[in-house]
Amino acid sequence: MSVLVNKDSRIIVQGFTGTEGTFHASQMIEYGTNVVGGVTPGKGGSQHLDRPVFNTVQDAVTATKANVSIIFVPPAFAADAIMEAADAGIAVIVCITEGIPVKDMIVAKEYLNGKNVRLIGPNCPGIITPNEAKVGIMPGFVFKKGRIGIVSKSGTLTYEAADQVVKAGMGVSTAIGIGGDPIIGTTTLEAVKLLMEDPETDGIVMIGEIGGNLEADAARWIKVNGTKPVVGFIAGQTAPPGRRMGHAGAIVGGAEDTAAAKMKIMGECGIHVVASPAIIGKTMAEVMNVTTA
Amino acid sequence: MNIHEYQGKSILKSYGVAIQEGIVAETSDEAVQAAKDLQAQTGTGWWVIKAQIHAGGRGKGGGVKLAKSLEDVKTTADQILGMTLVTPQTGPEGKLVRKVLIAQDVYYPGPEKTQEFYMSVLLNRQTGRNVIIYTTEGGMDIEEVAHNHPEKILNEEVDPRVGLQGFQARKIAYNLGLSGNANKEMVKFVMNLYKAYDAIDASQFEINPVLKTSDSKIIAVDAKVNLDENGLYRHADILAMRDVTEEDPTEVEAGEFNLNYVKLDGNIGCMVNGAGLAMATMDIIKHAGGEPANFLDVGGTADAARVEQAFRIILRDENVKAILINIFGGIVRCDRVAQGIVDAYKNMGSVRVPIIVRLQGTNAKEAKDIIDASGLRVKSVILLQEAADSVKEVLA
Repeated sequence: MSVLVNKDSRIIVQGFTGTEGTFHASQMIEYGTNVVGGVTPGKGGSQHLDRPVFNTVQDAVTATKANVSIIFVPPAFAADAIMEAADAGIAVIVCITEGIPVKDMIVAKEYLNGKNVRLIGPNCPGIITPNEAKVGIMPGFVFKKGRIGIVSKSGTLTYEAADQVVKAGMGVSTAIGIGGDPIIGTTTLEAVKLLMEDPETDGIVMIGEIGGNLEADAARWIKVNGTKPVVGFIAGQTAPPGRRMGHAGAIVGGAEDTAAAKMKIMGECGIHVVASPAIIGKTMAEVMNVTTA
Repeated sequence: MNIHEYQGKSILKSYGVAIQEGIVAETSDEAVQAAKDLQAQTGTGWWVIKAQIHAGGRGKGGGVKLAKSLEDVKTTADQILGMTLVTPQTGPEGKLVRKVLIAQDVYYPGPEKTQEFYMSVLLNRQTGRNVIIYTTEGGMDIEEVAHNHPEKILNEEVDPRVGLQGFQARKIAYNLGLSGNANKEMVKFVMNLYKAYDAIDASQFEINPVLKTSDSKIIAVDAKVNLDENGLYRHADILAMRDVTEEDPTEVEAGEFNLNYVKLDGNIGCMVNGAGLAMATMDIIKHAGGEPANFLDVGGTADAARVEQAFRIILRDENVKAILINIFGGIVRCDRVAQGIVDAYKNMGSVRVPIIVRLQGTNAKEAKDIIDASGLRVKSVILLQEAADSVKEVLA
């Protein structure tokens, strides 16, 4: 058991033969991830990284029984790629692409609505279940196997959290990078739920940032339904209102989506909120009663 | 991306949205000519002179004035053009006014009372759908209305499968208490407004006020139009409306080097890979007793050229007392970044402030060795907590 991806996942790469797709697919394969093929329209029938290339996701699914797809398609075509994967029956779609127009994502999200499919991202680092599958662009060596789940909107901050958790004497069960765009497939709450239900996860690190109310929603759910300790951090405590901080979704719009407001709600819901990102690992160790080496 | 009121209105008009007509001017002579042309075109007897800057609350700062004669137009335009307009949204430093919009007077007397409404279109992030927000309480600060009379703010969500439907526009018109011709005009207004929003990849429309004139027309008196930057590649015509003089020049330059930079008011500069970690680094600076001088995401390739450019941009800010570089090396190797920092530093000859480098991840130890052996005024650390402590030391 693990969350979303494991050693038995059969993974295809959309945008397989492009620069990004090639680089990260190689890294995933090197990590030991079960990459069974890829899709690049027009290159079907060829081989890439010793794996078959298909013209359509449907062809890839028929030939390889793939159930997970990771998308490296450029922003103008990425929403289309998400819908193609859903149409072909892929169960878990991980979209790495950054810069997809909101208008396209509104359509893609609606298309997925009601289908039995989970989208992670877009604009995310992906998912990793250490020692089993890396379906993303994160540095695999940072994520040592363990029993702490991580949910995060941010890429490098996820690596930071994983590194601290490992250095504090623990490890990672599954890390889910949900992405920093205004429209994403899986919310903080949904990702937290998956980890709460995962028997291989004992504690959860939840990392958010300014903008939107995903963290507040998750916190309120945790207050009622949480069964495992959660350590939380919100990036952007010093961000000025009205300015976009890198991520398209990272903008303070009203009083409710500031870091301070989110941290207050999280604290009231029983989450161990850290004000400094330097003590995520240390705090988790204290909460889990782990003695730091 | 933000655009000016006059540009936003021209877009709305091209989609059939009725607007308060106007002509933009950069000098008071142009303003007078514009006023004459506008009189010929619309029959207006008075004119509204509106400062064109990328910030709201212009009226409060004296950037919107009524002129009742051509002489008035000239003196008022002279007064507004070149002024530094301070509004609740510009910050205390204000914004230089380079253009004015000479607009028709739409509050002319007539058979009915004029009425002001508020309308905006934006994404509801919770549902992933666009929503039209509207209220009868137009012409005032919407945050105040939301606070004092939340029940008066109504919304209509758009189903992306079918788009905005006629019944929804009718609902809005009736909820605003409109009947007769004004009702029909409002239905048309709402339908065309949404059509424009959808067509141009907008991220927000805010029309405040939407005016019912004394002869039952429905028109946009102001237009705040924001665009989704990710969708701009589809709209070369709108991209051409970008006014870089409204943006921070350093931010514009950073953008040309693909550095994501936002200037802030603090004393500690920072350079980070990844937006989330960059925000977290700003927070670290704050907790260490400093204030972040900027947000800067160098992205995935922190090579010498980019690092040097980032250095130059950060150092242009004279308030910067130290720079914290925080790189979590994943795909990008720390030793390469370290070499980039050393090369950039040497290229620049001297850097006037101390630098704290925190490199963690792939080849972090090798990276620290490179920095430590460089003999430069650069302090190298590995843990985030050490970086925070070093910031504290610098500030002490």
